[in-house]
Amino acid sequence: MATTKATPKPKINLLGFEQGEYKGAPSTLCPGCGHDSISSRIVSVCFELGVQPYQVAKFSGIGCSSKTPAYFLGRSHGFNSVHGRMPSVATGAIVTNRNLVGLAVSGDGDTGSIGMGQFKHLVRRNVPMVYIVENNGVYGLTKGQFSATADIGQKLKYAGLNELPPIDLCAEAIIGGATFVARSFAGDPRQVEALLKAALSHRGLAILDIISPCVTFNNHEDSTKSYAYGKEHEERLHDMTFIRAQEEITVDYEEGEAIPVKMHDGSTIVLKKLETDYDPTNRVAALSRLDAARENQEFITGLIYVKQDNNRTIHDLLHMDEQPLSHLSAEQLRPTKEALDSVLADLY
Amino acid sequence: MAVVDYQTEQQPAEIAREDVNINDFAIIVATPNGSGSQTANNTILRACFNMGIPVTGKNLFPSNIKGLPTWYSIRLSKDGYQARRHKRDVLVAMNPASFGDDLQSLEPGGICLYPDDSRQELSRSDVTYFPMPVKELVKNSGVDASLRDYIANMVYVGVLAHLLGIEVAEIESALNKHFKGKQKAIASNMNVVNAAVAWAAANITTQSPFRVERMDKTKGMIMLDGNAAGALGSVFGGVSFVAWYPITPSTSLVDALNDYLPELRINKETNKPTYAVVQAEDELAAIGMIIGAGWAGARSMTATSGPGLSLMAEFTGLAYFTEVPCVVWDVMRMGPSTGMPTRTGQTDLISAYFLSHGDTQHVCLLPSSIKECFEFGWRSFDLAERLQTIVFVLSDLDLGMNQWISEPFEYPTEPMDRGKVLDADALTAVGDWGRYRDVDGDGIPYRTLPGTNHPKAAYFTRGSGHNQDAKYTERSDEWVANLDRLARKFETARTIVPTPITVNEENATIGILSYGSNDPAIIEALDRLREANINAAYQRVRALPFTKEVGEFVAKYERIYVVDNNYNGQMAQLLRMEYPELAGRIIAVASCDGLPLTARWVTESVQKGEA
Repeated sequence: MATTKATPKPKINLLGFEQGEYKGAPSTLCPGCGHDSISSRIVSVCFELGVQPYQVAKFSGIGCSSKTPAYFLGRSHGFNSVHGRMPSVATGAIVTNRNLVGLAVSGDGDTGSIGMGQFKHLVRRNVPMVYIVENNGVYGLTKGQFSATADIGQKLKYAGLNELPPIDLCAEAIIGGATFVARSFAGDPRQVEALLKAALSHRGLAILDIISPCVTFNNHEDSTKSYAYGKEHEERLHDMTFIRAQEEITVDYEEGEAIPVKMHDGSTIVLKKLETDYDPTNRVAALSRLDAARENQEFITGLIYVKQDNNRTIHDLLHMDEQPLSHLSAEQLRPTKEALDSVLADLY
Repeated sequence: MAVVDYQTEQQPAEIAREDVNINDFAIIVATPNGSGSQTANNTILRACFNMGIPVTGKNLFPSNIKGLPTWYSIRLSKDGYQARRHKRDVLVAMNPASFGDDLQSLEPGGICLYPDDSRQELSRSDVTYFPMPVKELVKNSGVDASLRDYIANMVYVGVLAHLLGIEVAEIESALNKHFKGKQKAIASNMNVVNAAVAWAAANITTQSPFRVERMDKTKGMIMLDGNAAGALGSVFGGVSFVAWYPITPSTSLVDALNDYLPELRINKETNKPTYAVVQAEDELAAIGMIIGAGWAGARSMTATSGPGLSLMAEFTGLAYFTEVPCVVWDVMRMGPSTGMPTRTGQTDLISAYFLSHGDTQHVCLLPSSIKECFEFGWRSFDLAERLQTIVFVLSDLDLGMNQWISEPFEYPTEPMDRGKVLDADALTAVGDWGRYRDVDGDGIPYRTLPGTNHPKAAYFTRGSGHNQDAKYTERSDEWVANLDRLARKFETARTIVPTPITVNEENATIGILSYGSNDPAIIEALDRLREANINAAYQRVRALPFTKEVGEFVAKYERIYVVDNNYNGQMAQLLRMEYPELAGRIIAVASCDGLPLTARWVTESVQKGEA
């Protein structure tokens, strides 16, 4: 995997913030939980990119994963809402204040079961934000039931054998019209960071389905959502390098070996092909690759699908004014007395 | 039955003026649903209104697109009563399917208009019949065949105009308003009206015992439905974010928002909307969105009805407990379950008041007129933001979907109250703050909006246990302290919600307490009761929680008749719970038949109690 050179991290970022200012409260999840690793990635990526923490709004539903927004970006507002229905809360907030940087964390139960409807409609509305699913195939807080993303043939101490087919959230997102869909593995921090950076640069909704092992209930050797399984079976579609708008592209690659994807904010992700001919800008190819992965039980990761042109976000779809609704003055909110008189004139 | 035969049977007769009912009768128009009678009925209503006659129109319609029976009742009341009238005097029987029942419902001495090709048995001899050549008149009008069914209703408009004396010029003016000046539509409808008037003048010689005459009682008044009034009030309350899911009878409230907002809330420089209306995938999402919007600083609302309200229960608890302002209009209909979706009732009083699991209770506003729909439209946002909570406005189908006359709405009398919000400068000034601290002793904390450019602005909003600094807690003392503060906040709410209106206290021996759209029936019943030597004071409650005036009223009279348009007497139940020591004097007078209450029923119910 090609990355920018491992220089020591600067103490303060572009905005003058220290990395510590991107941290949250101490985690109360089980030691070793994949979710904590993802929280750390969020902290370092937001620090590195110089994301303005006061402009970030964190959202989550209910479940272990949904607790995590308390554990990163303590200087950002957060809303831990109800089970499976965070997408609607996020939609209302992001529509209200289009300047907010939305960062949502959900889980496989939260998104794939109770929240499936809202997830699909969030995708359909293209609400601009990053939506991370911390996917471990199991309900942790209720002590180990299967979730809808558990693979067929999986076994759990509490729940026994899973005979139901899994829901592939990436495929669901692509079918629903998502324009940035990635899958990664909490045990692959560099890829998670590269994808997070790209997601934050995307115009529109960016979905990251990150396999994030549950060390307590679903990390046994024959689990397909365990660290061991992930480390052994992860098949990266490409090596990713994220290059910020103001940086020069220094990654070496031969013509045809890599795909540079120009993001809306001017940054670029260079996807160096590991799997020949995989083109993440081809929607149908992305779906068939996911289907093949399901068929052969392959654990593919990377930027599965991305579309940068003509992404109409919900703000575009509602033809909204640039000024956020939350910033309107009383005069802008309440029409004049003359306006009321004119409406009433038609009612006499 | 041929028209000519009919006329030879009934000799024209002059009715003495003292036997003519002028401006005090009820018309019922029976049509199959989807036959386009709304234009005709609104035209009659508006024409009478234009003639200065107090008038109300009520649409009694089925949950159906096309075919099932529907009725439109128009009450003319020279005394200005606006309640549904039990008696029906003039029947326009356009629907063969309901003809028999409709005819039976007429008062003795009533009149019945019907299409002359109808093969119905004219079974009553105490009714005067007026067959109308509907098909012939429509055919002769030359209107396009595809529009014939719709325009056929204009025949009864014309015949009624002749029989009752509705001025044709006012009919034209009403159509002009209805079609917003579109000449072609007005002309084709007027064509049929004029033909029907001419036919009636030439062929009907029997006089109607019911007549309209010009008055001056609607001068300066407006006519509108409650949903549109609520929408307009919300716009003048600064609503910026609306999320909703279609459900009868609340849909037209959002339709009206979609009419008014583009007119009133466009940024003139960019020509773009300064609002958002999102049709959600369900009510769960609709309320989730308005909570997100309220949290982020928008004045946000949704409109729904009973089944939608049930779906909103969990999120309502979240809004209550995280203290996010937002407004929910519940335009109530009949329950339980799907119930009768197109029939009215005050069915959600208790469920809205206590909506959600855990110990929740909510501010509910109870408008009784279109004027109050407008007022509570803007005031609900001030209350929601002042109290940082979810506020319900409980209207109902009768108020929301029917046409009412009213004095014009008053422009909001108070500046907008955005509540306790700390911006970056305020945060610097206060130095230290906590999201759920009770700084002022009124239980209402301070909040910040996401995106506030200040290192101390952020806090974490959660439906789980939190302490006064919005940190997660499972400590009993912190939990109890938070609930205590919420209870204090509810007591503050009690002091700032709209107070009740109390009338007729002089010489009163009993009390009547009610709310919402029952008002017109009770106002009329008070007069009837007085005629029967019963003097009742009347208090109309306008909000939950009860303000101190409610307790005082209940304590004042030995018997309090509490009038509800639901089966269980939900307001009576709330009063008994709130004032257990006075529970014995509370008499529930409840009706739940899908119809607006009548003065007759209220009067008789009270008389029965007083006998």
